[in-house]
Amino acid sequence: MTGPILLTLALASVTTLILMALSLPLAWWLATTRSRIKPVIEAVTALPLILPPTVLGFYLLLLMAPASPLGGFWLEVTGTTLAFSFTGLVVASVIYSLPFAVQPLQAAFERVGPDMMEAAASLRARPLDAFLTVALPLSARGALTAAVLSFAHTVGEFGVILMVGGNIEGRTRTISIAVWEHVESLEYAQAHALSAGLLVFAFVTLFAVYALGRGRKLHVR
Amino acid sequence: MLRAALLALLFAVSARAGADEALIAVAANFARTAETLAEAYEAESGHMITISPGSTGQLYARIVQGAPYDAFLSADTERPAMLVEAGQAVAGSRFTYALGRLALWSADPDRIGPDGAAALSGDFRFLAIANPRTAPYGAAAMETLEALGLTDAVQDRLVTGGDVGSAYAFIASGNAELGFIALSQLPDGQGSAWIVPEHLHTPLAQDAVLLTRGADNPAATGFLAYLQTDAARAVIEAAGYAAGARE
Repeated sequence: MTGPILLTLALASVTTLILMALSLPLAWWLATTRSRIKPVIEAVTALPLILPPTVLGFYLLLLMAPASPLGGFWLEVTGTTLAFSFTGLVVASVIYSLPFAVQPLQAAFERVGPDMMEAAASLRARPLDAFLTVALPLSARGALTAAVLSFAHTVGEFGVILMVGGNIEGRTRTISIAVWEHVESLEYAQAHALSAGLLVFAFVTLFAVYALGRGRKLHVR
Repeated sequence: MLRAALLALLFAVSARAGADEALIAVAANFARTAETLAEAYEAESGHMITISPGSTGQLYARIVQGAPYDAFLSADTERPAMLVEAGQAVAGSRFTYALGRLALWSADPDRIGPDGAAALSGDFRFLAIANPRTAPYGAAAMETLEALGLTDAVQDRLVTGGDVGSAYAFIASGNAELGFIALSQLPDGQGSAWIVPEHLHTPLAQDAVLLTRGADNPAATGFLAYLQTDAARAVIEAAGYAAGARE
């Protein structure tokens, strides 16, 4: 029973780290740009919110195939396939949870506002300095929310993993897949144990997010 | 305008008077054949049949939990028998509608030759099967590997989806080089295949049963009766099954 739990935690941790690294520059760009393609990028980023996981899973399965350009490239470089592998699940999870990282960050950066950044610039801070010493600290709670939601959403992922994971013990059998298999096999005791754990985890996570949100308001005023 | 619409609605409703609807749970391997049969039956009887596919174990679990199915076309004989025993299916309604065959399939035309065991001992990354815990075709695949003495050799290269449909998707997309599916799923002239000899696994006798909920539903009882007609048996055989024995 610990196998799927450890695997899920590892998947969510790696996914969250990659998502934060990708989302910080992307969200900053979205918060500050006046580019005409901004709505396009915003729409693409938000797609995983709307698309059924089956659609995402189906296209990922086709993209990861050794005969496709992406899958073939990956196979050539690494000697392994993306489908049915932990790396494949990371790729799928990063796409699937992207909006949960980008949107809270973007909102937080937008609250910082141009005035703050201009003030920093007038004090001769270079843009990167201003970002690191002004914008990022002011957006710390947004960043924390983004990280927590990315982690939690990845833990809760099911449909995409079912379609590209192949249910391999120790590599792609996450908690949600294990629960599904227990339920389908009428092993309700095992299903209960994992499900109850996940339920408590989800509540604690969301409670933490909302408690943090409250803290922010108190802090500002 | 409104009157015309109302009249049209009234006509549609009266035209459907006397027609009944049945929801049939169908093992994934037989879903496509069942759709064909349902269409023919609908045209003949005027009743409406809706097919709900899934793995046999999945559908069984739903039926036990009270899912609103009227009849169950399983991929095994055990689960329908268990439903009769538990009082969730009508005693005496159970019959074998098809005998399934297992096939080893690859999207690569050169991968599988006349000797399937050679392909299974060959060089590949992944072998896709239906989940043996919930799908009889997955269980038959495991028995075949066991009979060939290959279980240990392929164990950590096995990938499973819920039913034979997901196994098919894994193979068709090329992510798994080969895998076990139902003979009825085998696409014409695509890739390479080996029809697994029947002595390598327990026969895939597929039983249908009328569920208690559908006991008085003419669409459900009629459809099950239709499955045993010569016309239906011809469709079932054409799809890659042996038709069940005559009662």
